[in-house]
Amino acid sequence: MTQQPCRQNIVSVQDLSKSYQRGAQTVPVLENITFEICEGEFLALMGPSGSGKSTLLNILAGIDKADSGTVTVGGVDISSLSETDLAQWRAVNVGFIFQFYNLMPVLTAYENVELPLLLTGLSRRERREHVETALAVVNLQDRMDHYPSQLSGGQQQRVAIARAVVTDPTILVADEPTGDLDRVSAEDVLGLMGRLNREFGKTIIMVTHDPRAAERAHLVRHLEKGVMSDSGR
Amino acid sequence: MFMLKLIFRNAMRHKLRSSLTVVGVAIAVLAFGLLRTLVAAWYLGVESSSASRLVTRNAISLVFLLPASYQEKIRQVPGVTAVSYGNWFGGVYIDEKNFFPNFAVEPKTYLELYPEFVLTPEERKAFLVDRKGCVVGRKLSERFGWNRGDAVTLRGTIFPGDWEFVVRGVYDGSQRTTDETQFFFHWDYLNESVRKTTPRRADQVGFYILGLASPDLAAEVSLFVDGMFKNSLAETLTETERAFQMSFVSMTEAIIVAIRLVSYVVIVIIMVVAANTMAMTARERIAEYATMKTLGFGGWHVAGVVFGESLVLAMAGGCLGVALSFPAAQGIGRTLSQFVPVFRITAETIYLDLLAAFVVGAVAGVFPTWRGATINIADGLRRIA
Repeated sequence: MTQQPCRQNIVSVQDLSKSYQRGAQTVPVLENITFEICEGEFLALMGPSGSGKSTLLNILAGIDKADSGTVTVGGVDISSLSETDLAQWRAVNVGFIFQFYNLMPVLTAYENVELPLLLTGLSRRERREHVETALAVVNLQDRMDHYPSQLSGGQQQRVAIARAVVTDPTILVADEPTGDLDRVSAEDVLGLMGRLNREFGKTIIMVTHDPRAAERAHLVRHLEKGVMSDSGR
Repeated sequence: MFMLKLIFRNAMRHKLRSSLTVVGVAIAVLAFGLLRTLVAAWYLGVESSSASRLVTRNAISLVFLLPASYQEKIRQVPGVTAVSYGNWFGGVYIDEKNFFPNFAVEPKTYLELYPEFVLTPEERKAFLVDRKGCVVGRKLSERFGWNRGDAVTLRGTIFPGDWEFVVRGVYDGSQRTTDETQFFFHWDYLNESVRKTTPRRADQVGFYILGLASPDLAAEVSLFVDGMFKNSLAETLTETERAFQMSFVSMTEAIIVAIRLVSYVVIVIIMVVAANTMAMTARERIAEYATMKTLGFGGWHVAGVVFGESLVLAMAGGCLGVALSFPAAQGIGRTLSQFVPVFRITAETIYLDLLAAFVVGAVAGVFPTWRGATINIADGLRRIA
């Protein structure tokens, strides 16, 4: 896949550092990271375990905080937002795709996709329209009344993708989205993510170990011991 | 609505665990309610006593008697509207295990002073004109199958011999708390016999019942009556009927305190068990709570889901416990009818049962709620891996 010309930066990271405290020891995870992501970009973050890629993804998605530096997403400096403001910001701007799908087991596929819409002011009818559209995008209209336990891993991840896009967020973040899937289902999910990027212009940031998954991205960045290398590919 | 659905489905997610928790709370609430009802039954005499009645007895002890001649003097005390009197008879029907309270009373004034014992005019008339007549409570008549006109023989323990009576009336209680297990008959019938057998015990009564024009006069009349007989051979102690009944209850105060304590301990135990269940539940769902927060739900949303689930389980147990308490109370009431005349679940007990269940749910949910609401998202998401 080839990189598109950058129209506008959607994510801007400046001098980002993060460390964890392990007992009396401070372990640096990210060190002075600076990079930008264009709108409509499909970025893959790669690196060995413990390199800090998931931590970086969490910070970009507003579910973790950096020790220093700034993170601007869609023009909003999220490093300065309070927990409450961050929660509201996430509800509108970020769609999450997890390795283990993280669906609510007691809710049907339809209800799982509807969950983030409860935080919007949409009416019941409007929510139904949004959910049906999202499930149609992932081709699961006929499984909307199924519970996660009644779906295969690939289908569950497609429900999770529908949940991620149903609010039409600014960015999609995916943490090892194919890590728990067989080869066929993984291809299916990656194809779907590629379609979301191409046809719907979604900006996607994906953490992966899988080189085949990274091949789908426009751009691959490597993290090694908390330091980001120059653009790959 | 959506959140309620999520709470209810979560509550029923582990059916066995949830069912055991609900049954546990139900049993605890049932035990709490029944023990409270038992304590209330203990206080029945106190609760059903009238504020406008006084009891005068021998100042030394209830065992010592008072001269029957006091009646006229007491009747003349200002504020006293009626005076009745009687003796604890202590008769036994066939076997000592068939215990029930039985009194020899002055019938006309006694019925005037106790309007809660409801007789038909025919029964009342038949009782008053028959010196061997007796009146029994509805529950007592049902217990022994006595009907109007039946002959009943009691074996005297305080007043030896076989005493024959004819049932002239079966009274119903006008209130739910009225004791329907009593047996009373003519004091004259007792006194005539005593005159012949043990003359020195004749013309003496165990207690006087005084009717007051107003409950406000209780203290004044009590002092006046006791003052009249001060320094006599049989000094009196006059007190309200409530205080008189309380003196019996206070003899068993330690048992009541123990029963109350046990009822609270039962609730505390189930609180700990429910708290453990909820803590286990919350621990298992940390990743789900983290996912909710990732999607933009705030700590309060997650807190509502966890706390709601705890309340749903506890209140389901509470409602089940309340529902079971009615048949249980009926069964216990039947079994213990000779010791506990009235064993009914009151509205107050139901409210307290539900309050206890709510407190169990709330306390059990506090820690898991706090944990769910304050979970760090990144840490929570790591739990699923």
